[in-house]
Amino acid sequence: MSSQAKYSQPDENGYYGRFGGAYVPEMLYSNVENLKENYLKIINDESFQKEFNTLLKDYAGRPTPLYYAGRLSEKYGTEIFLKREDLCHTGAHKVNNTIGQILLAERLGKKRIIAETGAGQHGVATATVCALKNLECIVYMGEKDIARQAPNVARMKMLGAKVVPAVSGSKTLKDATNEAIRDWINNPNDTYYLIGSVVGPHPYPDMVARFQSVISDEIRKQLKEKKGTELPGYVIACVGGGSNAAGAFYHFMEDESVQLIAVEAAGLGVESGMSAATTQLGTVGVLHGSKSYVMQTEDGQVVEPHSISAGLDYPGIGPMHANLFATKRAKFMNATDDEAVAAAFELTKLEGIIPALESAHALAVLGKIKFKKDDIVVVNLSGRGDKDMDTYIKKLQS
Amino acid sequence: MNSFQKLFSEKNKNILSIYFTAGFPELNDTNVILRTLEKHGTDMIEIGMPYSDPLADGPVIQNSGMKALQNGMTIKLLFDQLKGNKEKINVPLILMGYLNPVLQYGFEKFCADAKAVGISGIILPDLPITEFENEYKNILAQNGLNFIFLITPETSDERIKKIDEISEGFIYAVSSSSVTGRDQDMSAQKSYFERIKNMRLKNNVLIGFGIKDRETFTEACKYASGAIIGTAYIKAIEKGGDIDIETQTFLNSIL
Ligand SMILES: Cc1ncc(COP(=O)(O)O)c(C=O)c1O
Repeated sequence: MSSQAKYSQPDENGYYGRFGGAYVPEMLYSNVENLKENYLKIINDESFQKEFNTLLKDYAGRPTPLYYAGRLSEKYGTEIFLKREDLCHTGAHKVNNTIGQILLAERLGKKRIIAETGAGQHGVATATVCALKNLECIVYMGEKDIARQAPNVARMKMLGAKVVPAVSGSKTLKDATNEAIRDWINNPNDTYYLIGSVVGPHPYPDMVARFQSVISDEIRKQLKEKKGTELPGYVIACVGGGSNAAGAFYHFMEDESVQLIAVEAAGLGVESGMSAATTQLGTVGVLHGSKSYVMQTEDGQVVEPHSISAGLDYPGIGPMHANLFATKRAKFMNATDDEAVAAAFELTKLEGIIPALESAHALAVLGKIKFKKDDIVVVNLSGRGDKDMDTYIKKLQS
Repeated sequence: MNSFQKLFSEKNKNILSIYFTAGFPELNDTNVILRTLEKHGTDMIEIGMPYSDPLADGPVIQNSGMKALQNGMTIKLLFDQLKGNKEKINVPLILMGYLNPVLQYGFEKFCADAKAVGISGIILPDLPITEFENEYKNILAQNGLNFIFLITPETSDERIKKIDEISEGFIYAVSSSSVTGRDQDMSAQKSYFERIKNMRLKNNVLIGFGIKDRETFTEACKYASGAIIGTAYIKAIEKGGDIDIETQTFLNSIL
């Protein structure tokens, strides 16, 4: 590890500052240890890098454009660029990670892939790479989310995945994650757990961040070409678990002149009791294998969050982001359900781009920051809005 | 001598440990269950602290925990219930749960309060060895609490030796790599159990997960000092019959 990588990389035990680690029961120890021992060796290997980069380019459609949004810039009196992750194959940044992890799983000799999903984007991206690699795919999804994300459930099935409803607890993403982990405990030898965000026990947060870091790597190069500088004034991204933000921030973390803005989902409002703004409402705890901020009761029971966007509807946050928050390296803001929907309609009207509801949260803070005219502002447009058309249509009708 | 060593010095075969979830079926059943378990021949008792996200548990224990939380169970309330038990219950008591609720309660306060109500051991499956050694070992030791580690068929000999070195209560051998409550074929695990037996560990070993009747209990006891039953006991009392009678019937079917 370079001594400069203060924020972007964990220590050898998987800690970013005081957050992270691998809080797993002994049943998972050998699996997690095996990953920890091997992931860097495998992903730094030349043949891996070659296949990974080829698939990112020819299969996922990278590099994604860095688009200068002229009319949006005019509206906010600054220079706004959109990093177009919405143009990735399957419609979101999630595929960067699933391509990386499926190549890793293949090299570890695993035959059976399991994943959790909330909105279904990660489930679809996982089912996609499993079809590509002819591997068995099982996706755990909360019973409630299955009902509210029907198109993505259909996509996963068409791609050959088995979608298993999580019926425990509150029947959403948190419980789907629990079920995936239980499956892994029960199937330690042949199964690879393909996590969808920068959460989970070490080395997952670091691994997923590395696979997503292609986003900021490209932004630097694209800005250099367009503006003659690699460094923007701001990078703005939404945070559920934090993978698209980790990717967009990654290569800027150690450049302290770049303001990193992480946007959480406030739901009906941070204080409404119906929110998913983890850093505002959470306290330090252990969830899904790592120490981070967790939305929980005084007694340490994890509470169910709320957000209009299923992808941000998670009561935790990756340990890297917990550290960015605690050290104030990133600024954490939030947007309500209504603000996100309004921002989605605004982008659609001004630029002809329908964003995912998750990404709309990042757009929703543009009006809350005082930019200078010549600031360079990059918003990570993590996904497209196809999956959210039901919600948007309802708003159009009301 | 700690209370586990004392138990093993008096009896080192066919030890029966029973797990139940505090606050289930009813909020205030804790002491009734403790007494009836002791009365009908249980050698050791694990008191489960319910948690919203019990990763290592199957549906039966998950549901008992959910119900217990709905009933209003908390760690604080559990300690209140356990006050005054020190003289009444003689078998070693263990608190078993997940790390997060304990961290929120405060690890030091948790250990002090556990000691005050006569707890001997703590099981937190998601507290890893590294963190145990760095942060928590001393607090546990200062309160005379033994931390119990799990091992599985996947645990290497080297790691088992390490766990044996740092343990002073007993070693909890999970019968197969699985969550609680899955049917296990104990005889299929013969080579794993024999491997442990042949390591001649300084600590006694108890086998748990999937032990549900006399047959599985007897089989497990061939290789270890005893066995632990959780899910099967929860099933026996979840129907809401008379707890004392259900417990006696259940234990008679095992012992
Ligand atoms: C388009 C999009 N953006 C963001 C997210 C949130 O995840 P993360 O915070 O890991 O980027 C999701 C998750 O489903 C998503 O689909």
